[in-house]
Amino acid sequence: MTESPGSPLAVRTTGLTKRFGRHTAVDRVDLEVPRGAVFGFLGPNGSGKTTTIRMLLGLVSASAGHAEVLGEEMPTRLMTVLPRVGALVEGPAFYPFLSGASNLRRLDTADLRAPAGTREKRVAAALERVGLTHAAHKRVHAYSLGMKQRLGLAAALLAPRELLVLDEPTNGLDPQGTREVRSLIRSLADDGTTVFVSSHLLAEVEQICTHAAVLRAGKLVAQGPLDELRNAARPRIEVRTPDVEKAAEVLRELGVATEPAPPGTVVGASNGLPAPEDVVAALVAAGVRVRGFSAAAASLEERFVELTGEGFDVAE
Amino acid sequence: MSLSETTAVTRQPLGVRLFASELSVLFRRWRTWAMLAALGAVPMLIGLAVKFSPKGPPSGRGPAFLDQITHNGLFVGVVALVVSTPLFLPLTVGVVAGDTIAGEAGLGTLRYLLAAPTGRIRLLVVKYVSSVVFCAAAALAVVLGGTITGAVLFPLGQATLLSGDTIGPAESFGRLLLMAGYVTVSLLGLSAIGLFASSMTTVPVGAMAATVVLAVVSQVLDNLDQLDWLHPWLFTDKWLALADLLRQPISWTSFGDNALLQLGYIALFGALAYGRFTTKDVLS
Repeated sequence: MTESPGSPLAVRTTGLTKRFGRHTAVDRVDLEVPRGAVFGFLGPNGSGKTTTIRMLLGLVSASAGHAEVLGEEMPTRLMTVLPRVGALVEGPAFYPFLSGASNLRRLDTADLRAPAGTREKRVAAALERVGLTHAAHKRVHAYSLGMKQRLGLAAALLAPRELLVLDEPTNGLDPQGTREVRSLIRSLADDGTTVFVSSHLLAEVEQICTHAAVLRAGKLVAQGPLDELRNAARPRIEVRTPDVEKAAEVLRELGVATEPAPPGTVVGASNGLPAPEDVVAALVAAGVRVRGFSAAAASLEERFVELTGEGFDVAE
Repeated sequence: MSLSETTAVTRQPLGVRLFASELSVLFRRWRTWAMLAALGAVPMLIGLAVKFSPKGPPSGRGPAFLDQITHNGLFVGVVALVVSTPLFLPLTVGVVAGDTIAGEAGLGTLRYLLAAPTGRIRLLVVKYVSSVVFCAAAALAVVLGGTITGAVLFPLGQATLLSGDTIGPAESFGRLLLMAGYVTVSLLGLSAIGLFASSMTTVPVGAMAATVVLAVVSQVLDNLDQLDWLHPWLFTDKWLALADLLRQPISWTSFGDNALLQLGYIALFGALAYGRFTTKDVLS
């Protein structure tokens, strides 16, 4: 079970499970996060993302299964693993009566391995990196939600980290702030840091991630490099025609399942077959007046919805 | 996979810096200073009441030593300690000890401290020791408030001890500090109870209330003669046995008994808090 610290995986869980009473929040999750990846951890609200993260950080004990972080077993090796991990868990939290800089100093003091000699310098650098230098000596009480979120990121960046675990890092940020966080994550990844980002907003993850995993009601339903996940999505065909009924019939004959669509169009999802050009040929041969045709690989978003179920229903 | 293993396997330095940081968080709170100021105001109220009441205090009524104040101002501190011990001091200690873990959980900072990583045992010890520092600060606030009030309103002369001997002002002040030490020791058990209560919840007010209620219940039980078999085991039993420090020579018996009793409570509730906190799922 134990691997050398040089393990190629930054995070590996096997059968990781957490039960709260009769409710299973995380159900036999096998995560594999390669080192150096920007790993998107996706799932609707309540799907078990945060509970998984809490288990990875040793805040919550697993009901079953194992978790390895940076090649070492958690939570047994917590004290040697966590100094190398920066974390933002379920929103930032600070002492409102202390300034931003004092809050960071306190967190850095809590980390036994953080050298006291460079503390002031590292605190200033972390604040600078998230653009909070001007508010360093303001009490956190007076911070906006976005500023607190930035301060939370600064806390995760107090020391050089091998792994960053960021739970919903752009929560409460304005579009400008969201962009900044994205470029921050990119620059961290360029330095070789593995970044594990959880989010319920796919668009946010799609732009920066190299890998992703999708959680649904506590179960892992997909995992892998982003391109693979994208390819697994079924291409969609859209035909604009006045002969809707006839077109739908032709598509069904070709094995393309049709979906409800606006008037004058037929929408179908195929499993990759037949090729789009053959579909057009068949439509024309059947005398369908084709006014427009498109075939597109489904966006990751459609794949995401496919995997997690549609709408805002929070997983039980 | 239990979380209790997490901290046991690692050998860490004691975390003096974390302790300093803990104290600075405690004493940079407005609330802490408000409580200390309130405690310091108790002797002032007593002093003013005695000074400006038309008749002198009747001997043998009211709090112990009240009639001594007009002869020697340093007794203001003694009376204030005796008056504050049953409720005011436990109230403030309950607030601080009840806030230790639950307060961090309530703010959400507990998860960040643990992920830093702080180590659960180390955090528990640092939290307990800093609440003990507050106990000492609280007792000192009463004594200092009393000394200042006494010096301003009353003569500071020779003090007559319970044994009939007299001592000068300097030694009287020494005795006062000793009594503050006694009160601090008295509050150690309550602090441990507060720490345990605090590890049970994420709502600091709940832990504070539970701690204060226990202090009151213990004193009520201590006053029921039917339960006299129980009295020596109650953590409040020796709270008012300060008088032994006003004898010449000082009788250390009650000091020792009290310290032993409080140690027992520290061991018991410290173990309970350890058992609870090191295995707890931190979901706040």
